[in-house]
Amino acid sequence: MAITADSLAGAIERRSRWTQLRLTVGRNRNVLVGGSLLLLIVAVAVLAPVLMTHDPSFQDPGERLLAPSSEYLLGTDGSGRDVFSRVVKGAQLSLLVGIGVATATSIIGGFIGLITGFVPRVDAPVMRVMDGLMAFPGIILAIGIMAVRGAEISNVILALTVVNTPRMARVVRSVVLGLANTQFVEAAKSSGCTLWRILGVHLLPNTLSPLIVQASFVFAEAVLGEATLSFLGAGAPPEVPSWGGMLSESRLFLSQASWTMIAPGAALTFTVFALNLLGDGLRDMLDPRLRHR
Amino acid sequence: MVSFIIRRLVSMIPVMLMVATGVFLLLKLTPGDPVGVILGPDATEERRQALRDDLGLNDPLILQYVRWLGDAARGDLGDSLFLNQPVLTSLWERAEPTLVLTLLSTLVALSIGLPTGILAAQNRGKWLDMGSMGIAILGISMPTFWLGLNLILIFAVTLRWLPVAGYAPLSEGLWESLRYMILPAITLGVAQAALLARMTRSMMLDVLSAEYVRVARAKGLRERRVVYFHALRNALIPLINVAGLIFAALLGGAVVTEQIFNIPGIGRLLIQAVGRRDVPLVQGTVLVIAAIYVLVNLIVDIFSAVLDPRLRQT
Repeated sequence: MAITADSLAGAIERRSRWTQLRLTVGRNRNVLVGGSLLLLIVAVAVLAPVLMTHDPSFQDPGERLLAPSSEYLLGTDGSGRDVFSRVVKGAQLSLLVGIGVATATSIIGGFIGLITGFVPRVDAPVMRVMDGLMAFPGIILAIGIMAVRGAEISNVILALTVVNTPRMARVVRSVVLGLANTQFVEAAKSSGCTLWRILGVHLLPNTLSPLIVQASFVFAEAVLGEATLSFLGAGAPPEVPSWGGMLSESRLFLSQASWTMIAPGAALTFTVFALNLLGDGLRDMLDPRLRHR
Repeated sequence: MVSFIIRRLVSMIPVMLMVATGVFLLLKLTPGDPVGVILGPDATEERRQALRDDLGLNDPLILQYVRWLGDAARGDLGDSLFLNQPVLTSLWERAEPTLVLTLLSTLVALSIGLPTGILAAQNRGKWLDMGSMGIAILGISMPTFWLGLNLILIFAVTLRWLPVAGYAPLSEGLWESLRYMILPAITLGVAQAALLARMTRSMMLDVLSAEYVRVARAKGLRERRVVYFHALRNALIPLINVAGLIFAALLGGAVVTEQIFNIPGIGRLLIQAVGRRDVPLVQGTVLVIAAIYVLVNLIVDIFSAVLDPRLRQT
């Protein structure tokens, strides 16, 4: 392919955009640190089969509550299972739920926000439903849903999505409300764009920044929410290694085997910390108006 | 002002209706037959049918809904399947620990969060700011139940200063009761303190860069007076909204905290009810918590409107 002036200009443009992004991220320590920590956790979850030293579900009654050693890096729990392998395996569940909830919330909440912000007829009834959902403290609504649906990972994702969707919808809606009367939307309307085109092509790109920021916080909330539900015995099924579930079991052995409590809790705190840091950084980076909030 | 309050009261009605409908549907969607739960597996089909008629379970859904709504509006939330008493009585008996816990945690959150946020804002960019905000984001990230377990490990198991878990009612003396509540209140309050510190800092920064603060400084007022009199007062309005959020978080957090410390409050009642599939009790508890929450939001709105007349218009 011949190099034309146009393709060259395009390449320079792309290049400079990329450099720009790299510079912005480089300058924002929170994004850099939070993002790196998150990548580390993702790596642990992906490499779990390699990293695990034991079968995380294998119970060995003869090896109960052993202190950390070279054989059991973080000791064993009350059923003689290897704590290190369970913590590593637990990262998979946390990330699965976190990513699932963040994605579902972004799509559903984003869609609701776009529609309600732009179509007044839909706004009032849908937002009343959202208000109703927001009238429950999140964890209690999630417990209620889990009580009805039963202990399944998919139900955990569903429950936490229901809890987090209203706030996402509100964030997107408020952006769309602010744009509804701007000239470019006016122009799109008068040039005969369909509703879906206006929503998808003209409004959606403008909502992406706040949506991404909110999604990173939802991710953190979801990881914490899954652990809380599992801790309360209303989360993932008991046979799935989960940090919250491990913490719940550790209560019985607190005085004899504190490692069963410290390891999963530290992993959980580390993950949520990384996500909160990332969210804070993204907000500063993508939405300068909200800086220092 | 009066018309504002009336308008806000009226606007509560659809929300509460939504909540009640949601809670009712929760019951209807739950798999399992309450009749089977009450009578046990050995009951004859006739007895089951008779009880179903008695409980009105054979009526059309819409009729059951209207009847349930009517009862709930009059304060009758039905009977618990396992405790053999009205739901409202069960809730009332468990209210004291939860109330004490929530109030004490609020105290913890306020007494740590507010001063930290103000100090951080005053020292923006310095080590005090960076340090306290670093701790704050850690405080938000740390799950309450892990913090609680660590506190138990340190102060109850290792140092033996405080009891591991349990509750002493206020009637057994204030100190005795407090001893059991110190760790739970810190557990629940710290995350909210961290949240509050972050919010306070950002509100104060907004306000401190406002013109009237510059005017106050230009007048030669002492910095303390500027911060606490001019700035804090204006930062308080959004902070009251945050207080509403915090209260909601405390209500939800109480469920977890009561579970860790074996406190016989409403949160534990809810978990037990979920475990036993005691649907009327789950329903009633969730409804009451949501009602308290909506009411708190109303109070927050009214407070804000009292402080800031501009808010009365909307």
